[in-house]
Amino acid sequence: MSKRVTSGSELVISGISRAFGAVQALDRFSLTIAPGELVCLLGPSGCGKTTALRIVAGLEKSDAGTVMIDGEDLLAKDANQRDIGMVFQSYSLFPNMTVAENIAYGLRVRKKSKEQINKRVAEMLELVSLQSKMNSFPHQLSGGQQQRVALARALAIEPRVLLLDEPLSALDAQVRTQIRDEIRRIQIESGTTTLFVTHDQEEAMAISDRVGVMQHGRLEQIDTPNTLYNKPETTFVAGFVGITNYIPSVADSKNEVQVLGQVLEISEHSSVVKKGEEVRALVRPESIHVEKASHGAKIITKSFLGPMTRVGVDAGLAELIYAEMSSKEAKKFDTGDHVKISITTEMVMVESV
Amino acid sequence: MSLTNTVPESEKTRELGNSRRKFQFPFPLLPFFLFVGFFLVWPLSKVLIASLKSNNESWTFSNYTPLFHGIYFHAFVTSIRIGVVTALLGALIGALFAYVIDAYAGPRLTSILDSIAAVFANSGGVPLAFTFLASFGANAGLIKLLKSLGWDLYAEGFSIFSFTGICAVYIFFQAPLMVLVFKPALSGLRKEWKEANTSLGGSPWTYIRRVAIPILFPSFIGSFLLLFAGGFSAYATARALTVGNVPLIPLIIGDLINGNVISDKTHLGASLAIGAIAIAAVAMSGYVWAQRKSSQWRR
Repeated sequence: MSKRVTSGSELVISGISRAFGAVQALDRFSLTIAPGELVCLLGPSGCGKTTALRIVAGLEKSDAGTVMIDGEDLLAKDANQRDIGMVFQSYSLFPNMTVAENIAYGLRVRKKSKEQINKRVAEMLELVSLQSKMNSFPHQLSGGQQQRVALARALAIEPRVLLLDEPLSALDAQVRTQIRDEIRRIQIESGTTTLFVTHDQEEAMAISDRVGVMQHGRLEQIDTPNTLYNKPETTFVAGFVGITNYIPSVADSKNEVQVLGQVLEISEHSSVVKKGEEVRALVRPESIHVEKASHGAKIITKSFLGPMTRVGVDAGLAELIYAEMSSKEAKKFDTGDHVKISITTEMVMVESV
Repeated sequence: MSLTNTVPESEKTRELGNSRRKFQFPFPLLPFFLFVGFFLVWPLSKVLIASLKSNNESWTFSNYTPLFHGIYFHAFVTSIRIGVVTALLGALIGALFAYVIDAYAGPRLTSILDSIAAVFANSGGVPLAFTFLASFGANAGLIKLLKSLGWDLYAEGFSIFSFTGICAVYIFFQAPLMVLVFKPALSGLRKEWKEANTSLGGSPWTYIRRVAIPILFPSFIGSFLLLFAGGFSAYATARALTVGNVPLIPLIIGDLINGNVISDKTHLGASLAIGAIAIAAVAMSGYVWAQRKSSQWRR
């Protein structure tokens, strides 16, 4: 495992807002990233994550708020004076330059000496394992290679903060995982404070120290991937991160709910409900237990996911209820089998219908 | 943990597939090949053979000798000068128009302007010549108006029938043609390149100098060569405007082949035609190279 360096800068975003006409893209958005930390902004299209990133980069103006790096006001500086590295969604390498020339670009702009440029370019090429491609042009590289060069180019200037705007979305699945791990390794080795924007929850969970889930221009919750998955603070986060069953239920009281015939405690971040109210209980597939039965619910789908298998059960509700189990255990079940399902957790999150 | 430099399997398979693919005659293109054969290769062969024959039908290279001295050489030089001057001015003016349209016009206005440019670019020939005669002839209203304001263009040596006059008329269709052929290259400049330059510390001027101009250069050169070929070989407009005072190769070839001016010179006309085709071919080869280069960069 690579050695963790924490020599990066602290990025503090406070209350930035941005409207495009009637659309409020960002609404008093705040976020602090510790030196050397990698934070992902995760959210659906139009949630404001890319706008936030572009404001930090200086490619977009903010209507209000501040952005500070190590206590220095960033918004007062022009975009080309901020010392921020950026990797774009689409391959943004300069097509008229070789790999080495692309990596050297920021250093040439800074008028570094030829020796310094050559040394740094060699370091960066080694970092992204592309020494043999230094004289190739971008159109001679695969998509994954191009993004690695883009990463090397952004890091070559030793940026105070690295921004990555959905850098993997143009790559195919296999290469995406490979480059994702590579980005994380390089980020840890360089200790660069990094803000990563994505709409892919798996990507966000895999790469980040913390993940910030956004909706309607605001941060819904920011936490470690583990906490975000297991202790979501809003129903939106619970629904957006991971797979969730929305099971129609009825509140027994403001603290208890009846789900699939079981009485469960309502978790603290749920909607406020009153006795007799129809609600939806949010239950993870791994919290659904399935056992054979002679009648009742029926298995409709069975999806092999490697070590785990997901089954979709028709329990007479509007939507299937999904349950996950080990693939070994799943061998006992086939589609069409009658089963009984139950919830294994004592506490669930509920939302008003 | 490190990555290898391998190309993804899917790409490898594609490359392998391409190299192993057997040649198959593209039958759907047969009509096109026939068209090219009948209307390009066959007539061109006839002209080539004619250029290598004497009046008594024996083989000779003597028809090519006049191309390198005297009036025919002078005509080649004049035609090349007209091609270069009108292509250069047309390219610069057209590129400027293309930039303004690309940067400031919305999609709807762009579409309208493209259509206008297409009309102008195809408005050469006799009608164009007459339009200019009406505007810039010695007795045209505009010339008279300028004269009344104290600027007598004809007294200063300008004439619509001169080299300068012909250049002015040619630019009328060269600049719109440049708009049509160069604007796609301008539109192909990606916003991310500009933003990458900014995030790497570059100024707008750095972007123009190190990124935009080098990327656009092949397209510009290609467009220039296309315009040159058009200006060099334009016939109808030149025929309507010149009265023998500006020797141009397309007009001389026409006269020789038709036997209008001098009889028994059709073989010389053929050799001049081959010379003109060779010059146009060089220009078009440069155009193809430039297009290939710029499309490679736009991938």
